[in-house]
Amino acid sequence: MSRIAQTLRGAALLDFWGAFGLGMKYFFRKKPTINYPFEKGRLSPRFRGQHALRRYANGEERCIACKLCEAVCPAQAITIEAEPREDGSRRTTRYDIDMVKCIYCGYCAEACPVDAIVEGPNFEFATETREELYYDKAKLLDNGDRWEREIARNLELDARYR
Amino acid sequence: MFQFLVDWWNALPFGVQWTIATTSQILAFMIVLLLSLAFLLLMDRKVWAAVQLRKGPNTVGAFGLLQSFADFLKFVLKEIVVPAGADRPLFLLAPLLTFVFAFITWAVIPVAPGWVISDINVGILYVFAISSLGVYGIIIGGWASNSKYPFLGSLRSAAQMVSYEVSIGFVLVTVLLMVGSMNLTAVVEAQAGGFWNWHVLSAGMLPWPAFLITIPMFVIFFISALAETNRPPFDLPEAESELVAGYQVEYSSTPYLLFMIGEYLNIVLMCALMTVLFFGGWHAPFDIAPFTWIPPVFWFAIKVVFFFFMFAMVKALVPRYRYDQLMRLGWKIFLPTSLAAVAVMGGFVVYSNAG
Repeated sequence: MSRIAQTLRGAALLDFWGAFGLGMKYFFRKKPTINYPFEKGRLSPRFRGQHALRRYANGEERCIACKLCEAVCPAQAITIEAEPREDGSRRTTRYDIDMVKCIYCGYCAEACPVDAIVEGPNFEFATETREELYYDKAKLLDNGDRWEREIARNLELDARYR
Repeated sequence: MFQFLVDWWNALPFGVQWTIATTSQILAFMIVLLLSLAFLLLMDRKVWAAVQLRKGPNTVGAFGLLQSFADFLKFVLKEIVVPAGADRPLFLLAPLLTFVFAFITWAVIPVAPGWVISDINVGILYVFAISSLGVYGIIIGGWASNSKYPFLGSLRSAAQMVSYEVSIGFVLVTVLLMVGSMNLTAVVEAQAGGFWNWHVLSAGMLPWPAFLITIPMFVIFFISALAETNRPPFDLPEAESELVAGYQVEYSSTPYLLFMIGEYLNIVLMCALMTVLFFGGWHAPFDIAPFTWIPPVFWFAIKVVFFFFMFAMVKALVPRYRYDQLMRLGWKIFLPTSLAAVAVMGGFVVYSNAG
């Protein structure tokens, strides 16, 4: 009996019409596609993108060369060299991040006692050569200047959860 | 100016006139076919994308309308790679064969009253013969590639197309019995008057519910057409999970483009055949005013596009058959059913003196 029922089901293409109805339902549903370069998805304030070195409001760089980020970095992507400046404050002379090694875990930002190194909201920094991804201190400070507004806003939004 | 042209035309011998006229007809039809194929290809991708909640190509031109032309340029500008072990002449001949066979079947398809390149008496037979030849392009392509996946794909394709041609043939015979003519224009003319006269319902033709046979016959034709054109769920010849791309693996650039155009042209051809054989060709669903305002060629095109949409939906919805299931469906279900249908239909046509 069930075999006859199965044959009739097959002959009437019931399964196909069911699938067709479902397909048409999805056909007219709103598409979740985001037209990427023209539309962008919302980013969380915690998004971990391109690194930046921040400055204080008076323009003084925040980093005090404590090397906590270098120590915590699981990919060992950060290289820091430091010596006292003329005014006696301790500053980095070299702060390199190898963005090819970096795994964007955000530990450097977590470790930093002065919120100097942060991961900003920028994720569109693809380059054409590998060398361009070896960031030095100037590049990181430049990132900080460029993205300071967004970084400060994200830090402020996230501060109450910390 | 125009008088000069007319005089020049009239002065030509008849043979030259005929050659020029037919060649320009063929060229015009080819261009129209290729242009509509470009948009049908886009439609295929759009429909597939829409079912999967995507948007599909939407960057080239408005709504991606020029996507097919961009693809065309991309294919043409790439390098033709011929594998070292391949049989070079055959390797390059195969896509040409597919392309040519896909086009020449269209010679007998009537798109509107009188709009047919070759109105021959054996139209159905011609269609059947050429679609059987179509398998050669694929077989030669798979063989000449000298590589295992293309070869397996082409073997599968050959077996599959041969199996399903049998049931397609019997479906064609049922229609042929109802009309009593193998001329495709006559087949369409027999369906004039309204949608109830279309062969899929054929209410007016035979004094008994012929749709009990013609609707299953149409379904068999539709499914066999899917198998015949290697479309999902019967795309085993190019099953990408097992055979990468089947007989197309070694092809690139323009030869691949020719294969693809041939394949899609065959699909559109099957849609056109369904329209002509079962859905009244160029006839409007009602023979009254608002429907007859639309020119016949548009009715034909609308029906073809509808069937193409169904092909695309099937591709989007149905999972691929296993190869033994495919053969079982072809030989153990479709063949006996269509054979019985031919016998019953023949009996009733004789009984009712129709056709």
